[in-house]
Amino acid sequence: MLTKLTNAHVWVHDQDEALAFYTDKLGLELRDDVTVPEMGNFRWLTVGLQGQPDVSIVLMAVPGPPVFDAETKETLEALVAKGAAGGLFFATDDVRATFEELRSRGVEFVQEPMEQPYGLDAGFRDASGNHMRMMQ
Amino acid sequence: MPARDTEDVEVAHPARHLLRAKDLVDVRYREPLDVATLARAARLSPAHFSREFRRAFGEPPHRYLLHRRLERAASLLRTTDRSVADICLTVGLRSVGSFTTGFGRMYGMSPTAYRAAHPPAVNRARIPTCVLLAWARPQTARLEKTAA
Repeated sequence: MLTKLTNAHVWVHDQDEALAFYTDKLGLELRDDVTVPEMGNFRWLTVGLQGQPDVSIVLMAVPGPPVFDAETKETLEALVAKGAAGGLFFATDDVRATFEELRSRGVEFVQEPMEQPYGLDAGFRDASGNHMRMMQ
Repeated sequence: MPARDTEDVEVAHPARHLLRAKDLVDVRYREPLDVATLARAARLSPAHFSREFRRAFGEPPHRYLLHRRLERAASLLRTTDRSVADICLTVGLRSVGSFTTGFGRMYGMSPTAYRAAHPPAVNRARIPTCVLLAWARPQTARLEKTAA
């Protein structure tokens, strides 16, 4: 039996850019930042919410050969940039206040706070184009 | 590693700028947007922008904007009692005539027929019971007048 979700991953274009976005703009904490020379300098980079230590978000760079061929890498990067590669949903106690806070830090919103049948929510993007939502 | 200015980080992929223009449509469709404004958001010349947008998202930007406005209008027709002209202006279209034509092309019927084909807004709105109790009461004054 599976007991817990521990990591979710998002594809990012640039891990430095993504790290700055998730920590400085969204306020998440850095968890792991490990580069492995014997694996072609693969960089395991994770962040997480301060109140949720057992779930991390892996900021994964799109790999080229030998993991993915050049065409696959290119296609995947284009999908991310076009907002077609999935995203993350967050919870907050106060959508409106968080919206103001994140917007003042330069986060790009795709939907301002709006009443939905399931609650109040808002939508934004990460630096690479991944779709993010927050709900209260 | 050199410190990076997070306020001015440059994104790597060109399509990211196109997505920014698409998002701009979704957020500001109510405003008088034109292709030149969208092209600026994508940091491209208008002609180049339209071509690239179409390649990325399968339709030219002006049509994406029109379809977003029509979709929002359809939603308002289904969920509100607002007039067709009011809805047309609310979604950023200025001519009721071309709205009706465009809507017909998209949904296969006029805005009025589309509204009639969907349940009345009052069935969908979650009106609190206290409001229903207050507003749905028979008007005795009129009954008395009729009786008299």
